[in-house]
Amino acid sequence: MVFPSHRAFVLGDDIDTDALAPGQYMGGGIEALAAHCLEAVDPDFASSVQPGDIVVAGKNFGMGSSREQAAQALRHLGIGAVVARSFAGIFYRNAINLGLPVFVSAGDTSMLRPGDPVEIDIDGAALVTQTGRIALEPLPDFLLDMIADGGLVPHLEKRFAASASPKETAT
Amino acid sequence: MPQSLAQKIIARASGRSHVAVGDVVTARVDLAMIHDSGGPRRVEPILKRLGVGLHDKDKVVLVSDHYVPGDTEEGAAILQLTRRWAAEKGVTFYDGEGICHVVLPERGHLKPGMFVVGGDSHSPTGGAFGAYMFGIGATEMAGVLATGEIWIKVPETIRIEWSGTLGPRLMAKDMLLAMCGRLGMDGGRYQAIEYAGDTVRGLGMQERMTLSNMAAELGAQAGLIAPDQTTMAWLAEHGATDLPDPAHWQPDIDAVPDELHRFDAETLVPQVAAPHSPANSAPIDAYEPTDIDVAYIGACTGAKYADLKAAAEIIRGRTLAKGVELLVAPSSKRDQDRAADEGIMKVLEDAGAKVLPNACGICAGYGSARLGEDVTCISTTARNFRGRMGAHSSKVYLGSPYTVAASALAGRIVDPRDIGA
Ligand code: SF4
Repeated sequence: MVFPSHRAFVLGDDIDTDALAPGQYMGGGIEALAAHCLEAVDPDFASSVQPGDIVVAGKNFGMGSSREQAAQALRHLGIGAVVARSFAGIFYRNAINLGLPVFVSAGDTSMLRPGDPVEIDIDGAALVTQTGRIALEPLPDFLLDMIADGGLVPHLEKRFAASASPKETAT
Repeated sequence: MPQSLAQKIIARASGRSHVAVGDVVTARVDLAMIHDSGGPRRVEPILKRLGVGLHDKDKVVLVSDHYVPGDTEEGAAILQLTRRWAAEKGVTFYDGEGICHVVLPERGHLKPGMFVVGGDSHSPTGGAFGAYMFGIGATEMAGVLATGEIWIKVPETIRIEWSGTLGPRLMAKDMLLAMCGRLGMDGGRYQAIEYAGDTVRGLGMQERMTLSNMAAELGAQAGLIAPDQTTMAWLAEHGATDLPDPAHWQPDIDAVPDELHRFDAETLVPQVAAPHSPANSAPIDAYEPTDIDVAYIGACTGAKYADLKAAAEIIRGRTLAKGVELLVAPSSKRDQDRAADEGIMKVLEDAGAKVLPNACGICAGYGSARLGEDVTCISTTARNFRGRMGAHSSKVYLGSPYTVAASALAGRIVDPRDIGA
């Protein structure tokens, strides 16, 4: 499976949950949060991002609080995936459980420039750029399935609906 | 491949002989702990949406602690919903018996080698018993309740070794604040901490619980202490049955941690964390003398039997400073009863302490004892974020029960070693 080509949004290290879901907009629902997502780093991020675009960041992406809205805001904007050198643990869990693809890059991404066309080759576990392939740590199939279903709850909904149906046998 | 304790437990829970750091596996959950705040009221709507009940009601323990005693309309309604759900589902339910992290082990629910999730950020407390226990949100908890399993990425291990004997009037809380001061609040990037060394082995179980509890403040997923004779004796005393051989749940001797930090107990002095972060910890003389209005001995972190006993040792036969309010919210009913039997509660009450319910209380920001505008408090709790315990303008310093008690007598932050024996 290869995601179609999209633009890279290139960010640095330590992007925190307050940059992703700014505290002062927490009362306004996910629409408001998404509109201000990452404005502290790039004021035009929310207005210029296109569905499928890929965020490529440095170390410790999603550090800070455990707020799920940090991952939700990116998903709401239609971000196709986040690739980072490392993720904060709770953000990583939240992202996958909310259906936002997140990949740890095993190789150096620092040569990427904002707007570069990139795509993610899931089967080959790589970020494909114009100049080559950057290895990603592969995610196991069951998590890729969960992400494809839209996250934990829709994934379980599907699973239980299948097992409730008399024609199918639960696995 | 040598395995850390975290790896051994996750391997067993995921049905493998071993796992490597970074592996993502599905693990069977041995026990799920939920409380009134993040529990039934949040998970039931998701279970309804999925159209399922509990995967295994015998692997769920529910505790009411956040909204106890239910003296507001909202709190009473949440408690009622919690009680109904408990009865309907037939789960083990401790209602108003104390704070979840203390009630679970004291009723024998945690054992070495278990893989446990809790719907609360201080769930690493269970690591004191050699269980891999960590906190999850309500959505994930609903998934666990429905399926009995959860995915986990095998964490790196940070080994924190303490050597030497703690001096008088020093406690696990001082050790932890010193670690927060040195390593910061994200000193653990969601790794598993293994506390080790002769200092840790010399601590009683309730003191070990304080270390594991505040692994959350260090940014770790879990805070493990390998079980030893102290662990096994305590568990047997608290009704745990089918105890495993502790030799089975030790990190391999040749397992190399991803990070190693060493601390010296011999040179440790009482620590205090200034507002508004546990990472603002420093030796107490940095904040001495700061005037205080309220001294709070409470929370899962700081009002267990061992904490109450330490506070009473300082307060016995003395009186509080004028204008200072001493609030005591014992972590559990059992700990309070034991402290009462031994005269500890009387010492505190005679000095003028106000005893609050066995609940989270103002640590969670609830109840009439919430801190008012501009109040300065010194507290045995785990967190001193702005506004957490009351008004936005209130200030909270963190210290050990010794330090909090000594400061209540002086009306300002003082070194408990300066109070005569
Ligand atoms: S006492 Fe405080 S830290 Fe402990 S569970 Fe309750 S709110 Fe959390």
